[in-house]
Amino acid sequence: MALLQIAEPGMSAAPHQHKLAVGIDLGTTNSLVATVRSGMSTVLHDEHGHALLPSVVRYLEDGTVAVGHAAQAKQSEDPKNTIVSAKRFMGRGLKDIPDITHIPYRFVDTPGMVQIDTRAGIKSPVEISAEILKSLKARAEKALGGELIGAVITVPAYFDDAQRQATKDAARLAGINVLRLLNEPTAAAVAYGLDNASEGIYVIYDLGGGTFDISILRLSKGVFEVLATNGDSALGGDDFDHRLFCWILEQSKLPPLNQEDTRLLLTKAREAKEWLSENVEAQITVVLSTKALVNVKVTATQFAEMTQHLVNKTLNPTRKALRDGGLAIDEIKGVVLVGGATRMPHVRHAVADFFQQEPLTNLDPDKVVALGAAIQANVLAGNRSEDDLLLLDVIPLSLGLETMGGLVEKVIPRNSTLPVARAQDFTTFKDGQTAMSIHVVQGERELVSDCRSLARFELRGIPPMAASAARIRVTFQVDADGLLSVTAREQTSGVESHIVVKPSYGLSEDEITEMLKSSFNSAEADKKARALREAIVEAERLIEAMSAAIQQDGEKLLNDIEKQALIDEIDALKSLCVGNDTDAIHNATEVLNKNSEFFAARRMDASVSKALSGQNLQSLEF
Amino acid sequence: MQQNHFDLLKLPVRYHIDQQALEQNYRKLQAEVHPDRFATASPQERLQSMQISTQVNEAYHTLKNPSARARYMLLLAGIDTLEESNTAMPADFLMQQMEWREAADDAKMSGDIDALDKLLNEMRGLIKQLENTISSNLDDNPDYEMAALTIRKLSFIEKISTDIEHMIDKLEN
Repeated sequence: MALLQIAEPGMSAAPHQHKLAVGIDLGTTNSLVATVRSGMSTVLHDEHGHALLPSVVRYLEDGTVAVGHAAQAKQSEDPKNTIVSAKRFMGRGLKDIPDITHIPYRFVDTPGMVQIDTRAGIKSPVEISAEILKSLKARAEKALGGELIGAVITVPAYFDDAQRQATKDAARLAGINVLRLLNEPTAAAVAYGLDNASEGIYVIYDLGGGTFDISILRLSKGVFEVLATNGDSALGGDDFDHRLFCWILEQSKLPPLNQEDTRLLLTKAREAKEWLSENVEAQITVVLSTKALVNVKVTATQFAEMTQHLVNKTLNPTRKALRDGGLAIDEIKGVVLVGGATRMPHVRHAVADFFQQEPLTNLDPDKVVALGAAIQANVLAGNRSEDDLLLLDVIPLSLGLETMGGLVEKVIPRNSTLPVARAQDFTTFKDGQTAMSIHVVQGERELVSDCRSLARFELRGIPPMAASAARIRVTFQVDADGLLSVTAREQTSGVESHIVVKPSYGLSEDEITEMLKSSFNSAEADKKARALREAIVEAERLIEAMSAAIQQDGEKLLNDIEKQALIDEIDALKSLCVGNDTDAIHNATEVLNKNSEFFAARRMDASVSKALSGQNLQSLEF
Repeated sequence: MQQNHFDLLKLPVRYHIDQQALEQNYRKLQAEVHPDRFATASPQERLQSMQISTQVNEAYHTLKNPSARARYMLLLAGIDTLEESNTAMPADFLMQQMEWREAADDAKMSGDIDALDKLLNEMRGLIKQLENTISSNLDDNPDYEMAALTIRKLSFIEKISTDIEHMIDKLEN
């Protein structure tokens, strides 16, 4: 029976236009891209049918860049210019990287983030990651036959502000509009939960190539609420490879290896690890560049014993997350395994023992994160009309400020639901003090020196007063991506200082601009063309958003004069976009954005009232 | 938009709240205002959605947590609980507190996680009791001064609980 279709009042019945959006799992070892097609989340393959893109970038002699399998094939041969696991260096300084002696790269200890010297010049982990993202973007646009409106990119839940910012910067370099940074375990929960229509409390145990995350979520009627998260951002499958590699060295009584051989043997160790997930023993046979023959046998039991301490290391964060969530083991309805490293049988046993139940593995642990990210991207792009999916995520690490004596005053505790804002008042220490320096840190420890330094800034122009008379209110706002901005204001005089935290470990705006420029041809004309293109993209995004808002709520919330004024500004901006005056487009975009502030406020108020107004169609009984 | 937490979540200003209504209204509100609903909207709308969504989170978590809810009710009534400055407590309460602290320190020294867990559960039981007292101080026979004193006691117990949790954390690492 055909049903009559009725459009919402004020909305046109124009056919629904599907917007192209993807989910990207930017992994330590492998990366993937997925999208929702015909209501199904699907991983997109490359032209050879591969779903997984090895997260490997090689800078070649002819100046080109190889990404994925082609790069991976050369990693033993050309280890210094073939970067694997760049994710481990995102937002990290040289001193943060463990086992640096086993890594074959020429690291450059730059302030902020570590960089790597390659034959193509000095590269930041952000630029290296951008190469991987560009490759995935190209794959997606080819498969979907159009330009993407944006992407959801996943990050380990335990990533701090610096690492998240670095990921967002990489996307920007790759020319990707980030709809949201989504925590990997949350993405997995979305893919899993929607597939199984689950309700209750679930644990996501995510052991990837380089990071470990544990998240506890409550699933109920399409709402995914993260109750607690914890983890270790420097523990993953790579550590198991490395342990086996060291064991092989001991067994074979080998002298320290050169870099090519180190890479070669690490690869063999990884293959043996993977083999042992399905077999009882593995034979490792390899001829080194020194003609030395390595020939060792390792049993699954031996491998499990030598790496048991790594498995045990995952259980402490697990306990902490349970305690933070105020939960006991018997309240957990199910445990989902994510990440290739959870294929190891002794990891599965440890998880089963701890939670006293068999973990769920019916989705491919390598793909589940990308599949979930695609579902979220589809929702964010506005392709789903029914509001049946809502993610409420948390901040993984506490945010605080340095106070007297190098101590940390926590302002936002870990596991607060995002978005979150918190204000804290401070006062001056000396009579007549006119400036105050504010140091923002992230972490759980009591001493500033044990936490990660995110930013330092100064509030100047405090009117001279007696000590303790000034009232300085510092407000932390963390958005839905988990990124922080800080505002400080002297209460009695209203002196204000605002910064969007660009962590000490992140890149400055100038550095990004420079990279954007150099990633293209540096001819002046190209720079201008690119700036114009960026301005137009931004303007078009605003035009589309405003037009949709007016179509939806213009009748209800605007009088004729207000509506006409906005439409005129939109039209003016449209006509500027066909020209080539970059500055004029920028200005008109800003003006339209500013002048629509009142409309945005009315729409928000309307949303609030609508949410809790008594009756709606769904609740009517027929 | 400045509304108090109870108004925002459409709940009467009472300590005893309808948990189910709180959960439902919170979810309904976030479903409308969360930044995920505005991912492709104009920068103005994204900013405002973040601010309102932040406010809804703040309201929900304040009202969900019993002691935060009690403090907030007193704040609305213009009563300062003086938790920072007024530490005067009945002598027997202070004695009792010292005993708990000693027990916690002993357990910590001997690395006895089970004993700490037991103590933590005892504290959680006490917190429940105090919350019942607050409930009658605020809803049944309103006495805000008594409520403020009970909240100060609650702060002491919560502080001990947090310290015990930290001890357990440290021992487990």
